[in-house]
Amino acid sequence: MTHAYTPGLRLAEKIQIRKSRNLPLPGDVIVKKGDIVKSGDIVAKTNLPGRVHSVNVVNRLAILPGELRKYMLKKEGESVQKDEIIAETRPFIKMFKSICLSPITGNIESISDITGQVLLREPPKPVQVSAYIDGRVVETIEKEGVVIESNATFIQGIFGIGGETTGELQIVVDSPEGIIKPEDLQETHKDKIIVCGSIIGFDAIKKALDIGVKGIVVGGIRDKDVNELLGYDLGVAITGSEDINITLIITEGFGQISMAQKTFDILKHREGSIASINGATQIRAGVVRPEIIIPYNKEYADKASEMIAETEPPRNEESVGISIGDPIRIIRNPNFGKIGKVKTLPSELRTIETEAKARVLEVEFSDGQTAVVPRANVEAIET
Amino acid sequence: MKNELNVIVATDCGSTTTKAILIEKKGNEYRQTFRGESPTTVESPFEDVTRGVLNAFAELEELSGRKILDGEKIITPAEGDTGVDIYISTSSAGGGLQMMVAGAVKTMSAQSAQKAALGAGAIVMDVIASNDKRLPHEKIERIRDLRPDMILLSGGTDGGTVSHVVELAEFIGAANPRPRLGMTFQLPVIYAGNKEARERVSAVLKDKTALKITDNLRPTLERENLGPARQEIQNLFLEHVMAHAPGYKKLMSWTGVPIMPTPGAVGEMMQAIAKKENINVVGVDIGGATTDVFSVFDQIFNRTVSANLGMSYSISNVIAETGIENIVKWLPFDIDETDIRNRIKNKMIRPTTIPQLLEDLKIEHAIAREALRLAFEQHKALAVGLKGVQKQREISETFERVAEEETLIDMNKLNLIVGSGGVLSHAPRRSQAMMMMIDSFQPQGVTMIAVDSIFMMPHLGVLSTINETAATEVFEKDCLIYLGPCVSLTNTGKHGSKCLDYIITYSNGNKIEDSLLLGELRVFDLKEGEKAKVEIIPARKFDVGEGKGRKIVKEVAGGVVGLVIDARGRPLDLKEGKGREPLAEVLSKWNMAFDAYPE
Repeated sequence: MTHAYTPGLRLAEKIQIRKSRNLPLPGDVIVKKGDIVKSGDIVAKTNLPGRVHSVNVVNRLAILPGELRKYMLKKEGESVQKDEIIAETRPFIKMFKSICLSPITGNIESISDITGQVLLREPPKPVQVSAYIDGRVVETIEKEGVVIESNATFIQGIFGIGGETTGELQIVVDSPEGIIKPEDLQETHKDKIIVCGSIIGFDAIKKALDIGVKGIVVGGIRDKDVNELLGYDLGVAITGSEDINITLIITEGFGQISMAQKTFDILKHREGSIASINGATQIRAGVVRPEIIIPYNKEYADKASEMIAETEPPRNEESVGISIGDPIRIIRNPNFGKIGKVKTLPSELRTIETEAKARVLEVEFSDGQTAVVPRANVEAIET
Repeated sequence: MKNELNVIVATDCGSTTTKAILIEKKGNEYRQTFRGESPTTVESPFEDVTRGVLNAFAELEELSGRKILDGEKIITPAEGDTGVDIYISTSSAGGGLQMMVAGAVKTMSAQSAQKAALGAGAIVMDVIASNDKRLPHEKIERIRDLRPDMILLSGGTDGGTVSHVVELAEFIGAANPRPRLGMTFQLPVIYAGNKEARERVSAVLKDKTALKITDNLRPTLERENLGPARQEIQNLFLEHVMAHAPGYKKLMSWTGVPIMPTPGAVGEMMQAIAKKENINVVGVDIGGATTDVFSVFDQIFNRTVSANLGMSYSISNVIAETGIENIVKWLPFDIDETDIRNRIKNKMIRPTTIPQLLEDLKIEHAIAREALRLAFEQHKALAVGLKGVQKQREISETFERVAEEETLIDMNKLNLIVGSGGVLSHAPRRSQAMMMMIDSFQPQGVTMIAVDSIFMMPHLGVLSTINETAATEVFEKDCLIYLGPCVSLTNTGKHGSKCLDYIITYSNGNKIEDSLLLGELRVFDLKEGEKAKVEIIPARKFDVGEGKGRKIVKEVAGGVVGLVIDARGRPLDLKEGKGREPLAEVLSKWNMAFDAYPE
């Protein structure tokens, strides 16, 4: 493989971020370019077509499909109420009359004189899209959505479950290695997004759910605890739509792994701010990683954006590669989770323990020890 | 045109890597000479597939010394060390081709439609049938929610049911589905059902979808006609799906023949090789997200794709489907369940990492066995004869199991198994790949096992559509690595009892004679290019393909691993039981027989 480095997850204390907020179907955008919005504000809305129900009227009335229209009391497009008669026969003797009732309140979608079925559609369901982050509307796309810009702290996790939520950030451990216990969680954590250390167990997650914690950010979690939380074994890493009343983001991986010091420090620095988080993860084509966005308030934001204008690297640079001296994290056994600096980058292939020939690098840890690691098993730490 | 092709460049744009190969005519034969690869650039920040293709070309240029590009243009035709005669490509980037199929009867027209879609290289997201027991509104919701790239609607033999087909069309119309790519375009729908329902289907769907009508894929109960529907799927794949994927318009203008979906091209290659050698073949491609299985038995081609069985993105789903105990049973060491679960999930979230520890490699190989086994089971269930055809049956046949009766996959008649995909092609020792394939496919009788050296079957598949000779020549000389023949029992019996005697006579006259107990396995030296005569005399209750107690004598060709005599019985039984050795010891013995792992 010529590409060996996993580009690191993004981690920026101050960055100008843009979020597209799109409708699932064309609808109305209700904010203007330049508007200042809060995370909970509605920026666009639309109506999703209602569910379709079918009634086989010809069977109910014992008639032929070709005769269906003759017996229909309603035409295509007309509205109907639940239990309203939509078709009836007209025999000479009234007691032989058959009727067909509408199973729903809605509209007649179609009448088929081939299959004899009538399709009815429920009224449309309104859908609203919120701003999700505090910021400014910088673009509106007619009928589709908006783009919101904000100066914020931006941290990507490696994996998450649960969708978008917003809450005040609170650190509940002393260090990135800390372990949160159920008894550490109190009523005061209700509606908060809590930052834990190296691992959280199912008992603590359960307590957080009972209290009404909105989100959890943690270094690692055991797979079996995720299973217990979801009630099933997660097969494919496409998440975000779980109905679990809490959003969980892990920053390092499965198992007990201390949160990266820098991630922890940044989160600690922003404690007390309102964070918008989303656990949605998709690791197949079009990678989506979970995110933590903590917008700055306006005055600070204006100052910050100037700073960013100078320091923000171009987007494409992130996967260029790693040089000697760069900080990296090992992302597979052995030494999983350890952080070090690149000491050497031998160009020739080396035989590793499995006997596979791989491109490797030598990493030096803070205690001076070194290890040889396949390049595929490290990720760059974004600085 | 055929005679002018001396230098061919081919790419396969996969979801993570774009692989380019150079094929050149050297003297009278075609050989694959160089290869280059580069990350695929369909996703942001590049969003242009041609960037990755150009990068892969650049690597080819560097390695071969041939100038292929003039700026961003491919130089044609080839003259000396400059240019190529044709550029061809396949693609599975952006999730490949995702389809939904519908038919009147689940096991008849709907199944034929599913086969047509799979054969064209699609992932089938769902099969909707009039008799699939879902309520109409559930079907409509499902069609609306899935957002496929296209829908294939069939149903009714010509002159058969009209109302069921029109009903399905009405469901599709009511769902008003939107394509996955391009929010404003109409969803392509192919109608390949009862020709007498065409007008009515058209009336229901022509305003709501981009409707194409083609020949009925099941014109009579006794006959499938999948060709026209497959062709239409591939046309629409180019017109609608590819045209909306980033950079593909430009890529399509570069290629000499239409771009094919990757699995469709691999299928072409499998069929070409089965036809040329007149053999039955099973092929498998185990990727990170999906596992494709192809088979050609008595010239009938089938392909299935297990969309969520793979070695990285989908690795966790293998565990979800088979259960962790089925993975652990393949491991010759103890491991804590929490630990192995965490390791597997970490591979899922960081799919590009490779095993560094031997223990991790063995875990991945255990998972691969189960992924391959499950994918092959799914294949056997779909590769079946036509249902609805009247057959004469003996009374004794009534009692045989239905699945066995109907599948076209007869392991005893299988000549060749070809494996490809990282875990098989890049296994540190070839014997590991051979073991994984024998354990999961469980061949019976005499079967040759091979791997695709660098995954060039897709490239050769497209090439076979324009120059079959070149494609099959390169396939045999450069693509396949023969691991060796496997001679296996077809049944089982009492564990530890003597089940067969064997005599191996090498071409230099050397002979090896011995016997094996049930549960044993031996590997003999028989190098590539060498031949040997193998005589197997099974004990009275055992069968090696010719019937219980019947001797077989076969001449077999060697491979890089050697000749395997597998007396473990079929189905392979990995239970621990009374009078048996502990499973870990048994596994270690098998591993040692293959010299599969370092001590």
